[in-house]
Amino acid sequence: MIPAAFDYYRPKDLAGVLALLREHGDDARVMAGGHSLIPMMKLRMAEVPHLIDLQDVPGMSEILISDGKIRIGALVTQYEIIAHEGLAQSAPILREAAMQIADPQVRYMGTVGGNLANGDPGNDMPGLMQCLDAQFTLVGPDGERSVAAREFYEAAYLTARTDDEVLTEITISAPTGGYAYEKQKRKIGDYATAAAAVQITQSGGRCALASIAMTNLSDVPVWSQSAGSALVDTEVGGDAIKAAVAYMLDEIDPTEDNRGPVAFKRHVAGAILTRAIQRAWSRA
Amino acid sequence: MKDDVELTREDRVANLKGMGCARKRVEDARFTQGKGNYIDDINLPGMLHGDFVRSPYAHAKVVSINTEAAMALDGVIAVLTAKDLEPLSLHWMPTLAGDKQMVLADGKVLFQGQEVAFVVATDRYIAADAVELVEVEYEDLPVITDPFEALKSDIVLREDLAGQTSGAHGPRKHHNHIFTWEVGDEEATNQVMDEAEVVAEETMYYHRTHPCPLETCGSVASMDKVNGKLTVYGTFQAPHVVRTVASLLSGIEEHNIRVISPDIGGGFGNKVGVYPGYVCSIVASIVTGVPVKWVEDRMENLMSTAFARDYWMKGRISATKDGKITGLHCHVTADHGAFDACADPTKFPAGFMSVCTGSYDIPVAYLGVDGVYTNKAPGGVSYRCSFRVTEAVYFIERMIEVLAIELNMDAAELRRINFIGKDQFPYQSALGWEYDSGDYHTAWDKALKAVDYEGLRREQAERVTAFKQGETRSLMGIGLAFFTEIVGAGPVKNCDILGMGMFDSCEIRIHPTGSAIARLGTISQGQGHATTFAQILASEIGIPADSITIEEGDTDTAPYGLGTYGSRSTPVAGAATAMAGRKIRAKAQMIAAYLLEVHDDDVEFDVDRFVVKGAPERFKTMAEVAYAAYNQAIPGIEPGLEAVSYYDPPNMTYPFGAYVCVMDIDVDTGVPTIRRFYALDDCGTRINPMVIEGQIHGGLTEALAVALGQEIAYDDMGNVKTGTLMDFFLPTAWEVPNYETDHTVTPSPHHPIGAKGVGESPHVGGVPCFSNAVMDAFRAFGLRHSNMPHDHWRIWQTAQDLGLHK
Ligand SMILES: Cc1cc2nc3c(=O)[nH]c(=O)nc-3n(C[C@H](O)[C@H](O)[C@H](O)COP(=O)(O)OP(=O)(O)OC[C@H]3O[C@@H](n4cnc5c(N)ncnc54)[C@H](O)[C@@H]3O)c2cc1C
Repeated sequence: MIPAAFDYYRPKDLAGVLALLREHGDDARVMAGGHSLIPMMKLRMAEVPHLIDLQDVPGMSEILISDGKIRIGALVTQYEIIAHEGLAQSAPILREAAMQIADPQVRYMGTVGGNLANGDPGNDMPGLMQCLDAQFTLVGPDGERSVAAREFYEAAYLTARTDDEVLTEITISAPTGGYAYEKQKRKIGDYATAAAAVQITQSGGRCALASIAMTNLSDVPVWSQSAGSALVDTEVGGDAIKAAVAYMLDEIDPTEDNRGPVAFKRHVAGAILTRAIQRAWSRA
Repeated sequence: MKDDVELTREDRVANLKGMGCARKRVEDARFTQGKGNYIDDINLPGMLHGDFVRSPYAHAKVVSINTEAAMALDGVIAVLTAKDLEPLSLHWMPTLAGDKQMVLADGKVLFQGQEVAFVVATDRYIAADAVELVEVEYEDLPVITDPFEALKSDIVLREDLAGQTSGAHGPRKHHNHIFTWEVGDEEATNQVMDEAEVVAEETMYYHRTHPCPLETCGSVASMDKVNGKLTVYGTFQAPHVVRTVASLLSGIEEHNIRVISPDIGGGFGNKVGVYPGYVCSIVASIVTGVPVKWVEDRMENLMSTAFARDYWMKGRISATKDGKITGLHCHVTADHGAFDACADPTKFPAGFMSVCTGSYDIPVAYLGVDGVYTNKAPGGVSYRCSFRVTEAVYFIERMIEVLAIELNMDAAELRRINFIGKDQFPYQSALGWEYDSGDYHTAWDKALKAVDYEGLRREQAERVTAFKQGETRSLMGIGLAFFTEIVGAGPVKNCDILGMGMFDSCEIRIHPTGSAIARLGTISQGQGHATTFAQILASEIGIPADSITIEEGDTDTAPYGLGTYGSRSTPVAGAATAMAGRKIRAKAQMIAAYLLEVHDDDVEFDVDRFVVKGAPERFKTMAEVAYAAYNQAIPGIEPGLEAVSYYDPPNMTYPFGAYVCVMDIDVDTGVPTIRRFYALDDCGTRINPMVIEGQIHGGLTEALAVALGQEIAYDDMGNVKTGTLMDFFLPTAWEVPNYETDHTVTPSPHHPIGAKGVGESPHVGGVPCFSNAVMDAFRAFGLRHSNMPHDHWRIWQTAQDLGLHK
């Protein structure tokens, strides 16, 4: 639990960060809240000779809401997500999800950007952002580009972000309708055994739109278009939910770990998703 | 003294904050403000830092160790291997169980995480870097993690014992076998079983777990070569024993060794044993002549220090058709890991497992235990019950439930009709114990009434009906447990550790101005000794608890004692405290009589003073007496007011309790929700109700952990699967229910103040209570038994196996 030696940098602007990344290449990593990276360094599972702290970079810590667009700076903490009243109004699923991440101490430090860039299948924000169809802004040596959350995750710890890019901002359209973030975990501070993010809009008693994503049931978050479609145009009764769950179960690929064997995880995934859909629908 | 006169007797009693007072813990000011002084807070000038190279394999030959690259690192002072320790005969060390254990790998490793080399460097970080640079070549060997397989296997785990057909506890049946321990009459028990109307059988595994104290283990050794004194600071639950062992091992005379246990951040038995880290820090300090610190990290603590349990228990219980128990048979296969490093009293290789007849009047019983070596970490002493009482109580409380199922009887009623009656105490158990006192029926009735047991059963029946009709997916479990603990080891005639009798001690000095210091042979690890022992004394000698300092843990100043574990501090050192207090009082009475110019027998002690019999206005307070003791020449009486007592308890004490847990279980996710937990404890005389309550809350929470998920799990290769707090379940406030505590008071007849010890009770009773709740929820669907830990997936699996997921 003692990390190897590293050099510590705290640049004052993004240009400084990019310059350091260019200079040290693979040997450098940015750090936001450090609550995923530092444990890995202490376990000597991540060797980071050059550690670049993002905390002093301006312009990455705001939450801006206007014209139905929500922009969240990458350095916004999970605590700030929970505390932000405007956000609770326009995208309440964010608060509901953030409340189920880690514990208060971790949430004071852990950032949205770190949670999304990390690429750990256990992180809750990636599935959530896929459900909300978020766009990620990445800034690198060649300037800025935008990648959809649904396109971002390639494998465990592998994302569309290149090593010399920084995730600066997350943009989402304010969701409408009912929502639910449902998570089963072994204890406070644990990653999900299974978690589901669901947004549903309703019109005339029938489902108009549904977006469904699940977490920690594959090496990447699983957003299932077919699961969502299975609800559309139905009254979200038992059969429709069963169909949605069946589609989702087709797409997840959990592995056995200390949380339990595959059969258990698949069963729990179905139960959690069913409850999430029911709760979201009751709020739609 | 004028003021005193105006105080009522009640006020004077209250001022003492003596026995029975919910006095706030005096330790907490420093603990809650970061002012504790733990092992890692100790920094001595010129101190070096040690760190271990540990084995990644569970069983392997060590072909070679190359320390060159590590030694070349700037700041590395030494890299010790078994070869370096061998000339000092310290490459192996004796265990407290009469076995021996490698300090550093001697040609092979026997468990993952075993100590292979000890790096010493000027800085903790350099030490960690150097560990990575030590090149060890291993040749892996077949791994055995299953004790039953171990007893059949040709693979010899302990070549060092090859050919030894007898160990510290008698004959060995196989090269991986450690001992057989038998208590009771097997023939008579078998006969009762053969003739019984009903026999219930069950095999249960009490899984391996770990106490995981907040503070890990560590030591700072400082050899002063000029005056030949060795000082060792460490996380020691038994500092005096460590001093004796250190002297025997090192050859340094005992008066030249000073062992200090500073504040200890939780022990729960984990800090009873002697670890290679202690030995290596001492050797490194002797070699380098400067202090050497070793503090393990969390993963090292979980992987390599004393685990708990790992008992495979096979039971048979017989009864009449009406449920009167006639006999009990228990066989245990005990997985001790690579070395037998339990810390049981010498004559009890399976601790007090023989209290497994529980709270019941069982005429005939037999217990057999076979200890076995496997490729797992050594230990087996620990976890809020050093002496296997948790295993015993879990076993009998499960057997009772299984018998209730077999008889189709209510499990509360089955307990009631088999309890040892109040008038049967002192009670001789079939396995040889003399229970000191108890009133089980009263406690049980009080508990069942408090939770409205009948109402709960009605609600449960309705829930089962609703479940069967598809109206709910949640089941309700009612967990019952009635436990009898056996604590306060113990009478020197049959309890010793490494030959040292398990007495304990207290030494008191009263200062001239009427305050006092008392030192004990025990050592608090969070139990609040400085608070409660001062209260015992306050009531005994009439000096306010706030004016009494309690000191423990420094072998240069404290009287010899066997330390703190097994709930023994109050039963043994607490008794010594009362007895030493009484010696003070006896001398003080003579002084008071002299001052009051009456005969010794004409004064009597009253709260905080000696009063002339029949003339309450004529008195001397204890403070006045203390002053006189130092400042006045009193004919025939030595100056000063001090006393020391070494207490050899005449018997163990037997706390008991009645617990009820109400739980809802989500059949689809396996998630249990504890709705209610009621705990009635009878620990005899209650010294401080608030401290007792704290002990109950803590012990129940650790019981919840063990019952519902906490384990040290190994894969087939002997890799520890639960080596971090991500997977090793340590509950937080969120997972913990609101405990309802209650009590009855049945004093111990042989203890000077009637107290019995309480630290382990909630754990001992809590584990079967939480577990029984889980299993009870499924009783209506045919479940007899399922093994702990009842984490989500295992509960789900139980439901799955019963066909509850359509
Ligand atoms: C006890 C504990 C429990 C936890 N439980 C949960 C949980 O239940 N659910 C959950 O989702 N998370 C959980 N976490 C993780 C926590 O939320 C992390 O803080 C979060 O995942 C990462 O955020 P961070 O700011 O700490 O990232 P860091 O640790 O600083 O960084 C993580 C990774 O992302 C990279 N990175 C960070 N920011 C950027 C950026 N702006 N651009 C590019 N790359 C970047 C870093 O280089 C690093 O590789 C837990 C953590 C702990 C310690």
